[in-house]
Amino acid sequence: MSASGADGRTAVEVRFHGRGGQGVVTAAELLSVAAFAQGLAAQAIPSFGSERTGAPVVAFCRVAHRPIRSHDPITNPDAVIVQDPTMLQIPGILDGLRPGGLLLVNSARRPEDLGLTGTSARLVTVPASELSRSRLGRPVPNTVLLGALAGLTGIVSLSALQEAIRSRFSGDAGEHNAALAADGHRVAHETLAEGDSRAQAG
Amino acid sequence: MLRQVEGSRAVAETVARCRPDVVAAYPISPQTHIVEALSDLVAEGRAGRCRFLMVESEFGAMSACIGASAAGGRAYTATASQGLLFMAEALPNASGLRLPIVMTVANRALGAPINIWNDHSDAMSQRDAGWIQLFAASNQEAVDLHVQAFAVAESLHVPVMVNMDGFVLTHAVEAIDVPDQEQVDALLPPFRPLHVLDPEHPVTIGAMVGPEAFTEVKYLEARRQLRALDVVGEVAGRFHDVTGRRSGGLTSSYRLEDADVVLVGLGSLLGTAADVVDELRDQGMAVGLLGVTCLRPWPFDEVRDTLARASRVVVLNRAVSVGAGTVLGGDVRLTLAGTPVVVHDVVSGLGGRPVTRDLLRRLLTDAAEGRLSDHELVFADLDESLAARALESELDHEEVGR
Repeated sequence: MSASGADGRTAVEVRFHGRGGQGVVTAAELLSVAAFAQGLAAQAIPSFGSERTGAPVVAFCRVAHRPIRSHDPITNPDAVIVQDPTMLQIPGILDGLRPGGLLLVNSARRPEDLGLTGTSARLVTVPASELSRSRLGRPVPNTVLLGALAGLTGIVSLSALQEAIRSRFSGDAGEHNAALAADGHRVAHETLAEGDSRAQAG
Repeated sequence: MLRQVEGSRAVAETVARCRPDVVAAYPISPQTHIVEALSDLVAEGRAGRCRFLMVESEFGAMSACIGASAAGGRAYTATASQGLLFMAEALPNASGLRLPIVMTVANRALGAPINIWNDHSDAMSQRDAGWIQLFAASNQEAVDLHVQAFAVAESLHVPVMVNMDGFVLTHAVEAIDVPDQEQVDALLPPFRPLHVLDPEHPVTIGAMVGPEAFTEVKYLEARRQLRALDVVGEVAGRFHDVTGRRSGGLTSSYRLEDADVVLVGLGSLLGTAADVVDELRDQGMAVGLLGVTCLRPWPFDEVRDTLARASRVVVLNRAVSVGAGTVLGGDVRLTLAGTPVVVHDVVSGLGGRPVTRDLLRRLLTDAAEGRLSDHELVFADLDESLAARALESELDHEEVGR
């Protein structure tokens, strides 16, 4: 899956699930900024409820080769990113994910241990909270998962993503999060190299 | 220069480049990001000599704008939903006193029940307040319309409300070009007020007018607003000359050539609708799209000329005029009176329910195949079984109460 679309469609659509405080809205925005910097059209739209820490939050990002006119929510994403694995139990998280689409979950467990059956999704787990805690001292998984998404799909390059992160967060926060994106990117490449859907923290 | 930026931020930067003297605002979702960003720009000294007034309410915000404008300043505010209603008492004062205030409305549903999400109930409720009402189809157009709004307002001395869909546009991060300072200055000369309140030269404005002249005052106000039908287009033309970009104007047309079924709407759903029109055209259906950019004054001639060639018109509304139909649907029906065009008045997308491609596809197909009511208001995305159960229980309660 790249921005040209594996099945010939022109857009790649990503849906982010997480909880208030996990940087879900920021993740969609950063992906859109990185795609824009690569000359693509991109649109990030958060789907707010009442913004409270811990409440479920959904955000969308479209990336395309042509200007994006539509502002409707993404109903058939090519990838779903789940920033909190406890949310996999919430109905609707996987709704509309295209057959063979990517399901990227923040978890230190192996994909087969998540208890997800009956999905044709390509399931990948990345221990994003653990990686984040080791660099930031806090479990903020969004930039690790974005790095992994970039590594797994090629929607954007790691360097464009890191540039977007540094322009959003100044100083140490920018550098640490850029490093976290590289961590996620590396884990994704290890996953690809293993040739299965198992990702381990390196 | 195109940048990937949030709609609210881009609007705030644009307003700052319009060199307002006073911004008075009270925060309310989903307008908050606009006034927060403006407050930052003012504090950073990036909005010229602008004063930001953090007022105690929306009523205070509009009242402060009226005072600032009457004193000769360029005044701006932004609000949404019940915040707009809290201004309602002051809105006809701004228009009646001929004060060219510009206001953003980040469109949001009206309660109760409380709902923070997008529809057009707020703007529609104030259609008779004497303000010019413009609707942005995209964030780029929202930015462009703000520059044009000040130009239109100050040319006619009529206030202008720029509507942009709450969350869907205000919180979307997209590639947007904020016109640079030279472009804005070229379009927007310094404000020349009609009359100025000045303690050194006292005058009275807004004095009482009795039955002997009130009708004439209102007649002149109505005439003046109709002049906007020319000025809105002229300003859009000048905007194109300066920036090279087409935006604004009274309406926007998309693939209307030989269109048999035309969808009429306003706001951000027009982008999705354009995609659906392309799709249905590819399948051989003669469908098209008319976007209403200027709702007040109502572009009667332009809408009539455009729609009179169609067989069926589907008017999509994100607001209900309870007990009657819809504002936009009523305007379109009146405009097409005496023509054989069939008008379908449709409500959808209330309180943040998304207007999806599936829905638009179904509406246009149903209209083309004669399956859509043309005499009853159609609630296109209603959960009918849920509504039926609630209706049944309501009727039971009415029996009990009797």
